[in-house]
Amino acid sequence: MEAFFEWFRALYEQSGWNFVFIYEQYERERFITAMWTTIKLSIYCLLFSLVVGVVGAWAQGAKSAIVRNVMAGYIQVFRNTPPLVQILFFYFVLGTGLDRAGLMPTYDAGGYLEPMLGAFGWAVISLSFFAGAFNVEIFRSGIEAVPESTVEAAEALGYSRLMAYIYVVLPLAFRVSLPALNNNLVNLIKTTTLAYVIAVPEMMYTANQIWSDNVNVPEMMIVLFIFYVGLVAILVYFMHKWEHAMRIPGYGT
Amino acid sequence: MAWDESQPMVSINDVHKSFGELKVLNGVSFDVMKREVICIIGPSGSGKSTLIRCVNALNTIDKGSITVQGQEVHDPKLDKLELRKKVGMVFQQYNLFPHKTALENVMMAPTHVLKQDKAEVEERAYKLIKKVRLDGKERSYPGELSGGQQQRVAIARSLAMNPDVMLFDEVTAALDPETVKEVLVTIQELAEDGMTCMLVTHEMGFARELADHIYFTDRGIIVEHGPPVTFFTDAKDPRTKEFLSQIL
Repeated sequence: MEAFFEWFRALYEQSGWNFVFIYEQYERERFITAMWTTIKLSIYCLLFSLVVGVVGAWAQGAKSAIVRNVMAGYIQVFRNTPPLVQILFFYFVLGTGLDRAGLMPTYDAGGYLEPMLGAFGWAVISLSFFAGAFNVEIFRSGIEAVPESTVEAAEALGYSRLMAYIYVVLPLAFRVSLPALNNNLVNLIKTTTLAYVIAVPEMMYTANQIWSDNVNVPEMMIVLFIFYVGLVAILVYFMHKWEHAMRIPGYGT
Repeated sequence: MAWDESQPMVSINDVHKSFGELKVLNGVSFDVMKREVICIIGPSGSGKSTLIRCVNALNTIDKGSITVQGQEVHDPKLDKLELRKKVGMVFQQYNLFPHKTALENVMMAPTHVLKQDKAEVEERAYKLIKKVRLDGKERSYPGELSGGQQQRVAIARSLAMNPDVMLFDEVTAALDPETVKEVLVTIQELAEDGMTCMLVTHEMGFARELADHIYFTDRGIIVEHGPPVTFFTDAKDPRTKEFLSQIL
């Protein structure tokens, strides 16, 4: 391993290509932490945005007009504003507002108090709601793609509306939704770079810090590209596997 | 409440039904006894399918009454599950659950709705699939089966609930001519087993051969009815005559 690190130090000395985050321990640790932060951020946002999507799609069909209107309003706001504005709004308006109003619980971070929900938490919330708004629409279109006659057949067999939903509508709707969901989740991973603006130490932010300290912008840019290509490739690989596993013989195409 | 076999299995009394401005059923009445096979025929838009869908409460009615084994179907307090255990239905478009195999399609309702033991349901499902002559196709998905095969799975799926009455809503209308017969044979065997059947159909030859009684509907009323022998040879009503002359 040491030889591998030293090879990059030699590369820098001979050619000027400075992959400092490989051969210098301090930068290396910061870089690895950043990778994990991005991966954690992505996984949390994926999961929460899916929850928002499923609950939202269900709420859109609710009997109460208030619930339906709240959902419609939420989707409009989050689809029609830039995610960059959303993340800044969440952090600086909601986050700071709650702090000032004394509503944000704090914890002792070694002699001083830190708010429970820091930049990372706000990034997860705002990005999950952003992607969730699209997921709601994706799931809704999937549910609408299930023919009413199929639901009727279930009801004729004694299924209640709810049971028909669980056993017939959702499994079918989910399959219809997968390709669009795939796209949205890929977009979500790429959008996590916006957490940069509220100083979440993820890849984008950390790369910026490294190049500010070492003046190696092109090298860090190349690394960022490779990292995100790889991360998205992993997601797409699993989504495709999943799509394949869910495929119904003779159904659809 | 006690119902016995001397009373009608299904009793339809002065049923009225509109979709908005459109009056679909305009006072329809008749009884179906146990083990009887009745066919409802008539031009499209005459309310045949609506009528049959009212029997298992897929459609509501505006006025009148429908009872199944003496129980009023259009009672707001009706236990729909109880009704649908008694009344099975097969649709024109089969409406199988495409994400489940033929066997699973047959097993789903008894396990989910009736909470019956899975092993026991599976055993019965195999028998039902054999009964509709699809043994070997248990593991096929609906998308891998022909229309006629799908429709027979749909019949087996309905039978798995052990109904007392079967409703068939133009079940051969979407099929290729060569697969119509296999479905009709299945229905015929059911009728011979003593199942009470109500069919909406355009298969006149089938109706003539199998039905105990034929009802001809037009514009929401029954304009002519009778056993096949008299119905097909001795129709009185001009509309019936015209209809029969067009299709026979």
